[in-house]
Amino acid sequence: MLRITNLFAKVEEKEILKGLNLTINAGEVHAIMGPNGAGKSTLGNVLSGRDGYEVTDGKIDFNDKDLFALSTEERAREGLFLAFQYPVEIPGVSNMEFLKASVDAKRKHHGQSELSAVEFMKLARETSKRVSLDQAFLKRGVNEGFSGGEKKRNEILQMMLLEPSLCILDETDSGLDIDALQIVANGVNEMRSPERSFIIVTHYQRLLDYIVPDFVHVLANGRIVKTGGKQLALELEEKGYAWLEEEAV
Amino acid sequence: MSEQVKQLINQEYAAGFYSDIVSETLPPGLNETVIRFISAKKNEPEWLLEWRLKSYTAWLEMIEPEWAHVKYDDIDFQAVSFYSAPKSMDEKPKSLAEVDPELLRTYEKLGIPLHEQAALAGVAMDVVFDSVSVLTTFREKLFEVGVIFCSISEAVHKYPELVKKYLGSVVPQKDNYYAALNSAVFSDGSFVYIPKGVRCPMELSTYFRINEQNTGQFERTLIIADEGSHVSYLEGCTAPMRDENQLHAAVVELVACDNAVIKYSTVQNWYPGNAEGKGGIYNFVTKRGVCHTNAKISWTQVETGSAITWKYPSCILRGDNSVGEFYSVALTNNYQQADTGTKMIHIGKNTRSTIISKGISAGKSSNAYRGLVRMNPGADGARNYTQCDSLLIGDKCGAHTFPYIESKNPSAIIEHEATTSKVSDDQLFLCKQRGLDAEKAVSMIVNGFCRDVFKELPMEFAVEAGKLLQVSLEGSVG
Repeated sequence: MLRITNLFAKVEEKEILKGLNLTINAGEVHAIMGPNGAGKSTLGNVLSGRDGYEVTDGKIDFNDKDLFALSTEERAREGLFLAFQYPVEIPGVSNMEFLKASVDAKRKHHGQSELSAVEFMKLARETSKRVSLDQAFLKRGVNEGFSGGEKKRNEILQMMLLEPSLCILDETDSGLDIDALQIVANGVNEMRSPERSFIIVTHYQRLLDYIVPDFVHVLANGRIVKTGGKQLALELEEKGYAWLEEEAV
Repeated sequence: MSEQVKQLINQEYAAGFYSDIVSETLPPGLNETVIRFISAKKNEPEWLLEWRLKSYTAWLEMIEPEWAHVKYDDIDFQAVSFYSAPKSMDEKPKSLAEVDPELLRTYEKLGIPLHEQAALAGVAMDVVFDSVSVLTTFREKLFEVGVIFCSISEAVHKYPELVKKYLGSVVPQKDNYYAALNSAVFSDGSFVYIPKGVRCPMELSTYFRINEQNTGQFERTLIIADEGSHVSYLEGCTAPMRDENQLHAAVVELVACDNAVIKYSTVQNWYPGNAEGKGGIYNFVTKRGVCHTNAKISWTQVETGSAITWKYPSCILRGDNSVGEFYSVALTNNYQQADTGTKMIHIGKNTRSTIISKGISAGKSSNAYRGLVRMNPGADGARNYTQCDSLLIGDKCGAHTFPYIESKNPSAIIEHEATTSKVSDDQLFLCKQRGLDAEKAVSMIVNGFCRDVFKELPMEFAVEAGKLLQVSLEGSVG
């Protein structure tokens, strides 16, 4: 699914990722934890091709393609999805219109026809139920006036509609109450399948009580410094990151 | 950059072609002889020639306004031809079959079929080509309910009392420099009269086309909605791509009698000039309407074309309880300059006005909103609400807001809100991460920004306006 080899990346002339290696197979859920400033969000942004993130070395294969040869939107259409930590608002553009345009862009890329308005409406309504988002949200502007929890559920709604093969959740749990956290986690669990992989970037082990990962990685100082099973997250909760950072230097 | 985006950026101004039509064009220059020629060409009555000459004398003594936030070289009025008409129009065609096929092809290419059976359902159209009206569709059907829709030249002959009574009644000859010029040399335009209590059964529309080189277009539109009547009117406009600037100075006058409603929509797509700022139309237009008791005038404009736009569709709210509305989207790209807005003059009691202006600047363009809200001493209980939003795309463009507020009545309420925002990198990234290319993303964000105005346009045109914005924005990102 995804193979990252010796990845180096800079943001505003500052080296953030320094030789990161990570392999993710289809169907796996990988949690990435680590101290502030370790490069966790940078990883998601580099994978999705955000402007301002400069890759200086390394290689990424995504579904047997060279990821760097694809534009940001092509990566998305090829099945790479990033759920944002702080989803932005797009005033005046209805959620429905935005979602349909995204789904159609992906379908077109894969040689499928665009969905009719009626077909899409039906799909969107059913999917919004799965994330307990009232249908009224489909008519509102994209994230316009949504609460923090509603924005995150809207992200999961987009993920469900786009059916990506690789989902990256960038601190999706930040600012969520327990109920919203559970809805988000249920959504992710529902989507787990042998063909789909997840990268869950988080600060806290709490989310991993609901979404149980196959692997937990610690990202510190721009590299993966430790990899383990789900029990590693518990260990981190207890001991913090300092002991690993010392090891990493 | 993807191939698709490249293609989009390279797409040209679609209406920029020139039609090879034999025309009778006056040599450049402006003097009394030219005015006499235009008047004679139209076989006008003596009073109208006098009216024109009076305007010309006034114009000679006026000076070009310089207060607008636009820059351009002085216009040489002696280098402009003030009249041009297709030869085939010497004898005005009585039906479509008599119209020069090349003219018909021109409008077909512009996507405006003139055959009534092929026309947009429910839209009657007057088409003005350079200085003359070519044809007006659905006239008989409209006449059955008493609606008059014809060219102003024809109205001068057929309905002289109406023309004499209302011409210059809203925009006086000496109102401003360009209005005086127009009053002297106006060549054609549309005339509409809706009788008492009639709800016009169709959308009325005029399509203006400048074709000849070095020619100015000076059209004059007069719409009279008699007591309790209702009309919705739309104008569109395009011109060929040329390296020289061309002048367009129109006057539009609206009269809404007691309890009447006029909805006037504009989709302005004059040639904006090329990416280096060469060529394009100078659009200097005076539009104004007067509202009598309980009447309502609603201006909706989508301005994407022209090198320079200088235009302030206004309402004089003379009658008590009358309502004025102004909904505007003005988009400038490359080197375009726009100084546009409205005037709401509250005279009657309990008059109300709403101004929603959306300015979008991209490239190296400059976009200004200029508006006046005036509450006269007698305007008890009058209200105005103004909202001016500016959206910037890139960091080389400018947006300006010049609101003038004058209140001479303590019971009047005026509200003004203004915002300036940018299409943010975060918004663009969200769209791209969901599979949309940059062009689609920007056009979606801009359309969202304009939503409040687009919903005021007649349905068919709202879709067109959205597409037009997309084309006009091409090349503004990436």
